[in-house]
Amino acid sequence: AFGGVLCAFTLILIGVLAFSIRLFSVIKYESVIHEFDPYFNFRVTQFLSKNGIYEFWNWFDDRTWYPLGRVIGGTVYPGLTLTAGSIWWFVNALNIPLSVETVCVFTAPIFSAIASWATYLLTKEAKGTGAGLMAAAILAMVPSYISRSVAGSYDNEAVAIFALVFTFYLYVKTLNTGSLFYATLNALSYFYMVCSWGGYTFIINLIPMHVLLCIVTGRYSSRLYIAYAPLVILGTLLAALVPVVGFNAVLTSEHFASFLVFIILHVVAFVYYIKGLLTPRLFKMAMTLVITVGLAVCFAVVAILVALVASSPTKGWSGRSLSLLDPTYASKYIPIIASVSEHQPPTWPSYFMDINVLAFLVPAGIISCFLPLSDASSFMVLYLVTAVYFSGVMVRLMLVLAPAACILSGIALSSAFDVLTRSMKFQLSKLFDDGPAISGNGSPNGSSASTVNTSSSKNEKTEKSEAAPKEKQSKKNRRKDKEVTESVSVKPKKEKRLSVLPLEASIVSTLLLIALGGFYVVHCVWAAAEAYSAPSIVLTSRSREGLHVFDDFREAYAWLSHNTDVDDKVASWWDYGYQTTAMANRTVIVDNNTWNNTHIATVGTAMSSPEKAAWEIFDSLDVKYVLVVFGGLVGYPSDDINKFLWMVRIGGGEFPHIKEPDYLRDGQYRVDAQATPTMLNCLMYKLCYYRFVETDGKGFDRVRGYEIGKKHFKLTHFEEVFTTHHWMVRIYKLKPQKNRIRGKLKKLKSVSLPAY
Amino acid sequence: SSKRSEGARFVRMPKADGDAKLLIQSLNKAYAATPTNLKIIDLYVFFAMVTALVQVGYMGVVGSFPFNSFLSGVLSCIGTAVLAVCLRIQVNKDNKEFKDLPPERAFADFVLCNLVLHLVIINFLG
Repeated sequence: AFGGVLCAFTLILIGVLAFSIRLFSVIKYESVIHEFDPYFNFRVTQFLSKNGIYEFWNWFDDRTWYPLGRVIGGTVYPGLTLTAGSIWWFVNALNIPLSVETVCVFTAPIFSAIASWATYLLTKEAKGTGAGLMAAAILAMVPSYISRSVAGSYDNEAVAIFALVFTFYLYVKTLNTGSLFYATLNALSYFYMVCSWGGYTFIINLIPMHVLLCIVTGRYSSRLYIAYAPLVILGTLLAALVPVVGFNAVLTSEHFASFLVFIILHVVAFVYYIKGLLTPRLFKMAMTLVITVGLAVCFAVVAILVALVASSPTKGWSGRSLSLLDPTYASKYIPIIASVSEHQPPTWPSYFMDINVLAFLVPAGIISCFLPLSDASSFMVLYLVTAVYFSGVMVRLMLVLAPAACILSGIALSSAFDVLTRSMKFQLSKLFDDGPAISGNGSPNGSSASTVNTSSSKNEKTEKSEAAPKEKQSKKNRRKDKEVTESVSVKPKKEKRLSVLPLEASIVSTLLLIALGGFYVVHCVWAAAEAYSAPSIVLTSRSREGLHVFDDFREAYAWLSHNTDVDDKVASWWDYGYQTTAMANRTVIVDNNTWNNTHIATVGTAMSSPEKAAWEIFDSLDVKYVLVVFGGLVGYPSDDINKFLWMVRIGGGEFPHIKEPDYLRDGQYRVDAQATPTMLNCLMYKLCYYRFVETDGKGFDRVRGYEIGKKHFKLTHFEEVFTTHHWMVRIYKLKPQKNRIRGKLKKLKSVSLPAY
Repeated sequence: SSKRSEGARFVRMPKADGDAKLLIQSLNKAYAATPTNLKIIDLYVFFAMVTALVQVGYMGVVGSFPFNSFLSGVLSCIGTAVLAVCLRIQVNKDNKEFKDLPPERAFADFVLCNLVLHLVIINFLG
């Protein structure tokens, strides 16, 4: 009972830890929604809270992707919005007046606390309570998860990681107990995961892989059937219920693995059943008969399937999934996917930054999972291996690696502490008892064992040292030398050898492991406070005068919302679409959803063209205002000039008259005096650097580090209406078409006028 | 039929015939020994699979237009068959893993899972 109370208390502490380490951004800045995608989720949640769920399901948004619009109900993953919306509704029903924004900001920390509890449950199923608590504590702090779930980062991953770990827990629990009740819960949890994140395809491919692994390694059991078969049927149905997935649940290649393994599982189950009914000789006969017939049928089915799949150009996979399997696919065929910064492969230092010490502990955890190997621990190893592969393809998927790394590190650390504390206890008792009073029959630490076998992170070899001979040990026990078990029951005939280290070694190792944990905690707190808490909508810098705050983005959006008409259309690069619709409440042309490549290419072409051509493109889209982000005055590096080459590439992908080499001088991208005339005349250059020379007389761009090429020029088709305090956001208005035609054109027109 | 006339060439074939008959006979005999409640479950599974096949055949004839209706119909048959097989596994007395599980609990789980399945089906039927 005391153990249970201690465990519960530790879990509460872990929850508080997970919640509070994510509050740095609220303390350092303010309670504000971060980045770009969360603003869209926030806007959708606002709509849901104002208009109710039926309006939300049927919502057609006409304030974005003008003139196409976007069907929100059918293209958004509703899990996060519905979760936050129901929390808001529940809290307000209790008369606690929390605003929607507050609920949205704090959803992520709350769910990360719940996710660490789910990790505890999952690891407990594999290796026991100690490992569970360890893994939960590690997950509460791991920087990779913190980066996507700080207070204010209101994005899908905030609830999706909880759903992922919880679904895995229910799967492993069903596998261990064989209960249909848990299988039902597993399907429902999978449904929540499908609602929350596009990464649900990871689950529906990992679980079939594990089932296949179990069958191939001879661990088929009826519990495996109960764990997998209902999940496939119920899971597919539930996934098809979510509008954004729909019939993709049965038609796309991402789900075919689950159906294939479903069929294989049934075949295997049937074979085992028949084996139970017949004698071995008859069974062999049946096998030869079935195999000849079965192979022929299989061949036919596979041929049909291959023909169906090969007839579609992407072989049935979506672009994002293909870029996971072939990392070079996106850069060759789909520049949009290649340009998203989250989709780049990670660098080696980012592994150490994001999972820190766990990178060393994970291999130890893998070894610990093999002693002994159970269904649950083989699942952990498989999860880790696939997660490591995918995290190497896209930096965003480091997030999927984080729970796996935490679980395996928890297992490793727990096993290590187990061995070390057991050694210390045994050695100390031996020291105080002053004599080899081990009878081998009732002592909890087992018999003589002095085989040195550490499962700590440093040492992986099994060293054998001579065991002190005991009269009671029979030769039978020598065969059990290699076994390392954690059971403490000792029977008289069968003695299990437990590993024990010398006292000094175990004390020093324990202290070193605790120090390792200390380094990890320090790193996590530093990463949470310094690296991952920036809201990106507000920037700060330290100078001699103190803290300087750059609030230009909100200044620009507030200007837009106060000084323009409600129906005015604003054009900018797609990065700022969500923020513009959420904060400025104006219609935009393209936004972060990036579902229509041609529309984005149109905006990209306009930004890359000279003023008149750009004016015409924007006028055809009814645009009134154009917004650009410029960091040259203050040294903000993620501005539109740095992103400009992507605009050229994407625009050039659809409109061949935009050619990237036209904007590069000798293959180099420059905007100084050496830049090409096409670059110096394009709209993006002009809108960013208009009147820039007035700031310091020379036009020195702090980001690029040189003076700009064209310094004095006038705008003919656009007029500047607003520039923020640090020149970071600049808003221009399209000049209306002239009423009278003057000069040369008048003579041409007068010829066609009727003569009176 | 003729064990003598074929001679030396096709010694195997008549043996295969006899073997197949022997196989089917022993299968029948072993199956007849299973308890009645398991046989009832097997009958239910067979009925569900036949219904699914009938639906697929119907879809082949008239086309798959309300695809969600077709999908929910077929998957409800396959789903309830799978759940019945799970029930059979849990109720079977020869299964040593489940000897602590009372059959009432197994049946209750079966009913619960079917409830969830059919709730989803009704929603998806359209």
